Amino acid sequence: MDLSAISPELMVASLMVASTPLLLAALGELVVEKAGVLNLGVEGMMITGAICGFAIAVESGSPVLGFGAAALGGAALSMVFGALVLGLLSNQVATGLALTLFGLGLSSLVGQSYVGIKPPSTPRLDLGPLSDLPFFGRAFFSHDWMVYASLALTVAVWWVLNRTRTGLTLRAIGENHDAAHALGLKVLGYRLAAIAFGGAMAGLGGAYLSLVRVPQWTEGMTAGAGWIALAIVVFASWRAGRILIGAYLFGGLTVLQLNLQAAGVALPVEYLSMSPYLVTILVLVVMSRRKGRSTAAPASLGKPFHAQA
Amino acid sequence: MIALEKRAQPSRVWAWATPLLAVILTLVAGGLMFAVLGKDPVAALRTIFYDPLFDAQFASYSRPQLLVKAAPLILIATGLALGFRAGIWNIGAEGQYIIGALCGAGAGLALYPSDSPLIFPMMVLAGALGGWLWAMIPAILKTRFHTNEILVSLLLVYVAENLLASMAVGTLRNPDGGGFPGSRNLSQWPAAANPELIPGTGAHWGVVAAIIAVIFAYILLQKHLLGFHIRLAGQSPRAARFAGVVPERLVIFCLGLSGALAGLAGIFEATGPAGQISIDFNVGYGFTAIIVAFLGRLHPIGIVLAGLLMALTYIGGELASFMLGIPIAAIQAFQGMLLFFLLAVDVLTNYRIRLGRREVRA
Amino acid sequence: MTTPLLQIEGVTKAYPGVIANNNVSLTIGRGEVHALLGENGAGKSTLVKMLFGLVTPDAGQMVLDDAPYTPASPEAAREAGVGMVFQHFSLFDALDVAENVALGMSDPPPRRDLAQRIREVSEDYGLPLDPAQIVGDLSAGERQRVEIVRCLLGKPRLLIMDEPTSVLTPQEVDLLFDTLRTLRGEGTSILYISHKLEEIRALCDHATILRHGEVVGQCVPAEESAGRLAELMVGRRLDPPTRPRSAPGAVALEIRDLSLPPPHAFGTALRQVSFSVTSGEVVGIGGVAGNGQDELLSALSGERLSAPGTVTLDGTDLSRKGPEPRRLAGLLAAPEERLGHAAAPDMSLSENTIVSAAGRQGLARRGLIDWGAAKDFAEGIIARFDVRTPGPGTTARALSGGNLQKYVIGREILQDPRVLVVNQPTWGVDAAAAATIRQALLDLAAKGAAVIVISQDLDELMEVSDRFAALTEGRLSPFRPTEGLTVSEIGLMLGGAHDMEAAHAH
Repeated sequence: MDLSAISPELMVASLMVASTPLLLAALGELVVEKAGVLNLGVEGMMITGAICGFAIAVESGSPVLGFGAAALGGAALSMVFGALVLGLLSNQVATGLALTLFGLGLSSLVGQSYVGIKPPSTPRLDLGPLSDLPFFGRAFFSHDWMVYASLALTVAVWWVLNRTRTGLTLRAIGENHDAAHALGLKVLGYRLAAIAFGGAMAGLGGAYLSLVRVPQWTEGMTAGAGWIALAIVVFASWRAGRILIGAYLFGGLTVLQLNLQAAGVALPVEYLSMSPYLVTILVLVVMSRRKGRSTAAPASLGKPFHAQA
Repeated sequence: MIALEKRAQPSRVWAWATPLLAVILTLVAGGLMFAVLGKDPVAALRTIFYDPLFDAQFASYSRPQLLVKAAPLILIATGLALGFRAGIWNIGAEGQYIIGALCGAGAGLALYPSDSPLIFPMMVLAGALGGWLWAMIPAILKTRFHTNEILVSLLLVYVAENLLASMAVGTLRNPDGGGFPGSRNLSQWPAAANPELIPGTGAHWGVVAAIIAVIFAYILLQKHLLGFHIRLAGQSPRAARFAGVVPERLVIFCLGLSGALAGLAGIFEATGPAGQISIDFNVGYGFTAIIVAFLGRLHPIGIVLAGLLMALTYIGGELASFMLGIPIAAIQAFQGMLLFFLLAVDVLTNYRIRLGRREVRA
Repeated sequence: MTTPLLQIEGVTKAYPGVIANNNVSLTIGRGEVHALLGENGAGKSTLVKMLFGLVTPDAGQMVLDDAPYTPASPEAAREAGVGMVFQHFSLFDALDVAENVALGMSDPPPRRDLAQRIREVSEDYGLPLDPAQIVGDLSAGERQRVEIVRCLLGKPRLLIMDEPTSVLTPQEVDLLFDTLRTLRGEGTSILYISHKLEEIRALCDHATILRHGEVVGQCVPAEESAGRLAELMVGRRLDPPTRPRSAPGAVALEIRDLSLPPPHAFGTALRQVSFSVTSGEVVGIGGVAGNGQDELLSALSGERLSAPGTVTLDGTDLSRKGPEPRRLAGLLAAPEERLGHAAAPDMSLSENTIVSAAGRQGLARRGLIDWGAAKDFAEGIIARFDVRTPGPGTTARALSGGNLQKYVIGREILQDPRVLVVNQPTWGVDAAAAATIRQALLDLAAKGAAVIVISQDLDELMEVSDRFAALTEGRLSPFRPTEGLTVSEIGLMLGGAHDMEAAHAH
């Protein structure tokens, strides 16, 4: 075992890369759940985004187009979910699961001809002198633009949720959709928009996996990232700032685990590979023990809404 | 204007008709999907749904496969459906299936090469126990700490898969296997084998277990107070508390039972059709069983029919892949679509759809 | 006075199977407090929803200020100058007062200005409120203030109030009426919806009476007797329940120092509740909703367990026993929420007998349910309590509120309880069903059972109970004999003098 082979600055750098897909997907799901909808299809939307982004990026040679397609693909799939749970009042848990099962099948179907191909590389964002700083340059300022976009999106989501009329309306709908309806707020419209946003974000997260993090297409490559994103929302007690902490914590864990594998720690690979899932469970337990108003889920989360005329 | 209007009573007709309607819609959409893939949709659907049962060339092989594939699906789905009825969402049956197989196989292999007739029953018990224990993790976390059982049971699937990988290349690896991953072949060790009981039918002990489970679940739900409490807790949790149901006990019971049944399915598979513990002996029955449970409307009899249908898509899918070059993944997407359509048309059971202005009735 | 503010002419609204409003017409003048009077299910809510843009009428027209008024949404209604205070509050527990107010405004000012304006309005109208407080922590009266302030900030010309006093103590009612009179003085019209006759006589200038969706009378309430109004509203005379007196018996149920933490973040803790009930007696526990009524019922029914020795039935300690053993011992309960608590909405009436009668009525033996016996028992309830339904196979949610309430109360009464606890037994129930239920409770007591009635409806408690106590913030006042108790005395018991001072000091 050689722990000195682990370079701190590279670890921080790869932590940011590993965390970005989780951050994107979890931010999207946060908005969905704040609106009172539980979409368990994050995994399915992520992997759909992963293959949509990959395919379009390969075909067009442009990662930007790839990410755009991923967002569209994730959003399109989420609209199926939206139509079912909002329009046809289907069970949210079952429909979310269906979304995941369908997304996994669809993506591997579409991905048949993309196995083993390298995608065009996503360019590094030129941050000028910042990138040349010792340690910090390599750790924080040498990433592709998507890493910074995800951080900007975190701030944006926080701002919209807590500082704007739109965010207040969204939160109100998630708290009590009947009262919101009685006040004339457009419950279904807001929820549909939130679901679409969640789908797009999950799609982006998936594409980040296939275009940057890995980067190639393999079947089932999300490997539970969507579910971890769902857990991060619980961990974060439905707050945008803590989503960032949660995503970076889990990203860090993955990176640490991979580094330990590479360093040849005397633990079988399988046990290291399962550690992120075990830690996720552990964190869920700790978070769900803490009961209080500030950590409570939106009160209407997962409940169907049928406007009584 | 289209409006949904809640029915005073759920429609009995639609309760039966919606699964059929969903199947028909899925066939249409699936046909379109095959057409997009450049395959003849009629030939594809025929290969998947007709040939495995009736084609002279394939039926002799395929028909027994129907029970082989349906048994684990029905066994797992029956357990899941009880939980789903109570609003307890075990979606980690795949993990319980794997751990059941590992525990059962491990218990048996520890005594290799004994030829005691107790080996197989003991392995079956160990399998059920393994699945039960794995399901007790989300159950206890939920009852003690209110941890979401959906996330925990699902995350444990990944843990189980890693354990399986570790076992298949490590502890349970066949010492006489020349270093290849995978355990000894259990189906060729008579004391541990789960053979075909009636030649040509595919019926092994797992089929027997599935039939017993279905009958048990039917009586439980229709006649027994516990089954009533399960339904009550799912529909109105407060009414269930008022009736005297202790929600924690229901969680332990439902998760435990579905885990044990998934574990049973796992050990029957490992000792029978799969024959050994290998790194990929599991083929996703635990997830497909979720579709089976819903397609069967969480009703034991419905689950039998849904399990057979879903087994057919597996067999037909393999055939279509072999004959027409349709990717196996298409079948997975097809199964997902089926669940979508089912959830979509389910609205007809509880709601009436009205077009245009509402009629005035006195 | 010039033209009236609002004219409603021939408005009709039908739902499948029922005409909620049939050719309804009424006129509200400027600066007038107009009462809309009617029973539950008479069509008051539908009419109000049309005024507030939540429902579109099938026929008829509305004219506001000489212009046709057809609000397509609550937002449009607000812009036209119509504000509404809901019966079931349209508030968001987890948000603060300012956020709640902002959500009900079409174009709210920035947060700091809004907080300032909330303080101004609440001072002007005697409605003390702190804009930064979380709404879930407020009392029912304070929550109503949030709704009123929200409306007043929109400077409405017409304020609709749907059953505003049902959640208030008598003192709070007086405060509310002061506010409403101030508003009237400023020229604001008020549409006041209620079924409480004395209030309407005290406050309103005109009244329109609805029955079965139709206008059955218009009057000046101060000139009519309460009895006459009641007859118009109900359509026939209702006899007050008769109460055969019986000599007080032995103590049946004894509650001693019952304390429980709140069941959830916005629940109420029970604090050292002590009382006892004897055979043949009806005791009433009054109080404004949200002061621990649900919590008390859960503690008595066995849904929540309490410390040993706190709940004793005929000398047997039941504190650590769940609902089923308590039922077997003779302690039965009927919760407030009919759908989802007392009964499962999607289950049939037969199935719903199993919820509470499986053990005591022997409907399940060794775990196996006797569906035939369940059906017979359901038919018995239907026959004995005149439940209007096609049969025991009907789902619970298909029944009207009054019929389902008769069913769930009947289900407990027919099990011959030693002690029966009921919470809001006639809430949202039509007058005929309410009379049936009250009479059945009195008859049960006459046969020797002890009955505990928890209710917000003080008239009801005065009518049925022998002794009365008030439940306030989870504390129970000492019981006093009902006979001779005055409204102001009850008010003091309910509010507690110090609580009222606290409310003013905000």
